[in-house]
Amino acid sequence: MSAQGPNAIRADGGQTLAEKILARAGGLDHVVPGQIVEGRVDLAMMHEQGAQTVAPFHEMGAPRVWDPDRVVIAIDHWVPASTEGAAVLHRILRQFAKEQGLTHFYDVGNHGICHQILAEHGWVVPGDLAVGTDSHTNMLGAVGAVAAGIGPTEMAAVLSLGRLWLRVPPTLHVRVRGSFGKGVYAKDLILRILGEVKTTGATYKAIEFSGPTISALTMSERFTICNMTTEMGAKCGMIAPDATTYAFLEKIAKHPMHPVSPDKDAHYERIIDIDIDGMEPMVACPYSPDNVRPLMDLVPKHVKVDQVFLGSCTNARIDDLREGARILKGHKVAPGVRFIVSPASTSIYKQALDEGLIETFTEAGGVFTNSSCSACFGGNMGILAPGEVCASSSNRNFPGRMGAKDAEIYLLSPAATVAAAIRGELADPREFL
Amino acid sequence: MREVIEGRVWTLPDDVDTDQIISGKYLTVIDPNELKKHVFEIALPEFAANAHPGDIVVAGVNMGSGSSREHAPQALKAIGVGAIVADSFARIFFRNAINVGIPTVEAPGVRKIFEKGDTARIEMRGGRVQNLRTGDSVSFPPLPAHLLELLEAGGLVEKVKRELHAGATVSPR
Ligand code: SF4
Repeated sequence: MSAQGPNAIRADGGQTLAEKILARAGGLDHVVPGQIVEGRVDLAMMHEQGAQTVAPFHEMGAPRVWDPDRVVIAIDHWVPASTEGAAVLHRILRQFAKEQGLTHFYDVGNHGICHQILAEHGWVVPGDLAVGTDSHTNMLGAVGAVAAGIGPTEMAAVLSLGRLWLRVPPTLHVRVRGSFGKGVYAKDLILRILGEVKTTGATYKAIEFSGPTISALTMSERFTICNMTTEMGAKCGMIAPDATTYAFLEKIAKHPMHPVSPDKDAHYERIIDIDIDGMEPMVACPYSPDNVRPLMDLVPKHVKVDQVFLGSCTNARIDDLREGARILKGHKVAPGVRFIVSPASTSIYKQALDEGLIETFTEAGGVFTNSSCSACFGGNMGILAPGEVCASSSNRNFPGRMGAKDAEIYLLSPAATVAAAIRGELADPREFL
Repeated sequence: MREVIEGRVWTLPDDVDTDQIISGKYLTVIDPNELKKHVFEIALPEFAANAHPGDIVVAGVNMGSGSSREHAPQALKAIGVGAIVADSFARIFFRNAINVGIPTVEAPGVRKIFEKGDTARIEMRGGRVQNLRTGDSVSFPPLPAHLLELLEAGGLVEKVKRELHAGATVSPR
């Protein structure tokens, strides 16, 4: 796959990135927000929730999956199975994969968080319409695709027909300039944007990110940004493909790209300009990811933590683990704090092993787990007891998200979670840099 | 789908996310009859034991935000909920609820005209929700034709089944 500039899919009026991609998926030249499009799907992803796709798929009566080569199964919530219920879900998926000839199955030993698997194996490429049975499928929009979460019954229809209806979303344009200060990261930026857009500010909408700050981000950072567009209610969050995208996908793209860029005269429903010069580390306080404040507002209050989680599809890639280990080196986890580190995929696990990061985390008193969703969703491990407090690099802090309904979750950058692990309370990561 | 739906009302606040509808610990449960025992365990604990088929759920803004788990509407379907009405919905929850065949209506302003135990009357095509106790009502833009069709078929499974039966084929790439 050679790097190439934006391929012109000609349209009459100015169109946003999402509009262009959905026009192509619908076999149309031009679409407008509100229009219903029957979109042809380029990639369909299922995780454990896909087990609930199997019965409706059979009931619908299609003899076979529309295109086995465009279906990826990646189990991640309970890996290896931690309950009998999870074991049954896994078995349903394995049997279905066998029966339907679905060979792109990332099973135990080759596993990872579903979105990370799609990202690191090049399953989603510029211009794609990708759908997955998980709400954070939005993350893949970072390659310049429309990637959206759907439920399992809808996935059954996709597996049957290779298409689904979508209402073309209006697009919200977030333009970012300025540079990150020390101890401030892409996570802080997306938290700040969430604080402004709020959890309902982009419901049914697409979000397009651009500007010099976004262009300078690595792919890992772009994934973090697009991942949390889900928390704003967005159908998809995306970044137009550029040299960084093509370099990332050059060796791994699994199918041909159809890259598009937004038109200069594209119509955006709302434009938000953000300058990050001087931006501080941010935190989302309980019980909503949009309850965002500068971290320094809380540090003087000595918010004690019982658990710290460095993991999830938002922030558990190798750069996140490296930064965490860099901060932790030479320190110990505070007494009484449980520090859980869970890499986003098996390949990241191996990288962390090779680079000595696992040693750094465990020597300091942390626990480095196998790759999975881990403590992120309160159904597998690292579950919080009533009244407990957790500092987490994940993406949600709703009541009951990680266990007890009154447990409190503070969402932070990986660096700030590690600072909290060292101090035993919310702390400024810049003190350790 | 009935043209006019009437039922006893349960009210929910704003921002009831999917963790509050079916929490993470039940995600390995796929039997809807088991799931229904735990629905709204965090948001409205008395609901599961006391809800009857035909009851109507009236929520505030951003109903069903959070995960893509279909467990949430599946459990409500198993209870036999007559309809879900809210000031606004999170997008995946909305699609899932319609796909499993529950009449789901976005009617801004609806939450504040209801109290728990009221009777609601929903005119699906007329685009009106009325509180039969107080007489107050709000109107809403009726669902687009293809969604009404989907509900009329009884949900997405039935709809795709009919399409395949009628010779629908896979779109060529
Ligand atoms: S890591 Fe958390 S947010 Fe990401 S897919 Fe897993 S459970 Fe969902």
